[in-house]
Amino acid sequence: MKAIITVTGIDGVGIVAFVSSVCAKYGVSINDISQSVIGEYFAMIMVASIDNITIPFNEFVDVIESAGKEKGLVISAMHENIFTSMHRI
Amino acid sequence: MNFYNSSDILETINMIHSENLDIRTITMGISLFDCVSDDTERLCERIYDKITKRAEGLVKTGEDIEKKYGIPIINKRVAVTPVSLIGGGADPDGYVKIAKTLDRAAKALGINFIGGFSALTQKGMTLGAKNLLDAVPQALSQTDALCSSVNVASTKAGINMDAVVICANIIKELAYLTREDRSIGCAKFVVFANSPEDNPFMAGAFNGIGEPEAVINVGVSGPGVVASAIRRAGDCDLSTLAETVKKTAFKITRVGQLVAREAAERLGVPFGIVDLSLAPTPAIGDSVAHIIEEMGIEKCGGCGTTACLALLNDAVKKGGVMASSHVGGLSGAFIPVSEDAGMINAVECGALSIEKLEAMTAVCSVGLDMIAIPGDTPQAVIAGLIADEISIGVVNTKTTAVRVIPAYGKKVGDKVSLGGLLGDAPVMKISSYSPEKFISRGGRIPAPIHSLKN
Repeated sequence: MKAIITVTGIDGVGIVAFVSSVCAKYGVSINDISQSVIGEYFAMIMVASIDNITIPFNEFVDVIESAGKEKGLVISAMHENIFTSMHRI
Repeated sequence: MNFYNSSDILETINMIHSENLDIRTITMGISLFDCVSDDTERLCERIYDKITKRAEGLVKTGEDIEKKYGIPIINKRVAVTPVSLIGGGADPDGYVKIAKTLDRAAKALGINFIGGFSALTQKGMTLGAKNLLDAVPQALSQTDALCSSVNVASTKAGINMDAVVICANIIKELAYLTREDRSIGCAKFVVFANSPEDNPFMAGAFNGIGEPEAVINVGVSGPGVVASAIRRAGDCDLSTLAETVKKTAFKITRVGQLVAREAAERLGVPFGIVDLSLAPTPAIGDSVAHIIEEMGIEKCGGCGTTACLALLNDAVKKGGVMASSHVGGLSGAFIPVSEDAGMINAVECGALSIEKLEAMTAVCSVGLDMIAIPGDTPQAVIAGLIADEISIGVVNTKTTAVRVIPAYGKKVGDKVSLGGLLGDAPVMKISSYSPEKFISRGGRIPAPIHSLKN
């Protein structure tokens, strides 16, 4: 199973490292990253595997969201099924 | 991205965060047939126990799914068997007790509405239905979460005008009894023709007689998503416009189907239907009126509005039907005046009248909904209004309904703030010519013929 993690905020040093470290801490393995910086803004979409996640996924959603807030970033994690349902027949 | 396309991901996130896409309601239908007892106290006890046990995990499940997929699920609700069918020999006081029991169960579960304080009277009235209707004003004015509905007509049975008159009286009485609270009792009472048995939306939800022991029905929303898609489509022709709405409705409904399936599985009850209705809220950017205006009508209510709504309603159904394995409920665009910022604005600037709304209901679900009228509107006029709207449903083999609020002490031009999702209702002008003689005839309007169509 996969999760889609989106990160937006003001660009700065170490954002990818920060999000990756939170993922690693809870056994979430990053499969793919797409990122772009427009002006001073940073936007990133990550596809991550949650097969070996060490806490319930819903808790991880809260953890990564509040971790982001502390760094001034908006981070959301969503289960992949909402995207596959909507965009694949 | 390998399997995922960034633009698809961004589109979904944008729909949720910028265009107000949400799941409007997860409604659990619960049968109360096995609660029947000749003793009202015992009946109430059984009802309370069954509802609180069956729906115990409903709110938590909704919240868990909301978190997992990152999509808001606004309401978690319960709909029960029409209470007039299980009330047995209860007198009106007994029905008030049942009403309070349902309200208590709703509060224990943490849900905001419970539906099913209902009666089916299209062909006539049982003693149970009569006693329930006698109890409705007290029941709704003494509870918070309870909703009530009455089916007064069907295409096969015709219109029970005696029931229409009783409903008009109930509406007036409710407006008076809840006068200190903006006549809000009327917002929880709806009169139907051809009422669906699996409707997840309030105030008309009940668990019909052909429904299972328990069932999960889901209502989606998303007027903002449709309006944005139309805006992005630009100056296209109407075939392309319809295609755009279809594709958008498909995506919205797929999310509803996902949530419905998962909720049903987690709660261990069968999945019933996804209701394809576009349900507006008073929030800016979540309006059906704005879709119509986006299509090219200067103001909702102007000439062309009914045609736009017909296109919209049809395209939403076509897109939605393919996205879900079972579709049902009301399934169409809602046009509740107080719950739609664009409708409120259209009424206030004089573009939208009750007569135009009535015409619009011929091509969409569900009817004259959340409309405030002057508090001194006579019963006969309200009965006439109900009869007109119900006739549209009966003749066109569709569901129509009336939920009007004769706001106590208010006159045309005033505004009634109902709060929350119920919004603000501008008091609308209604014809004051009397239908008294017609209404007082009583009896039934026969079922319409279904050949020689014109």
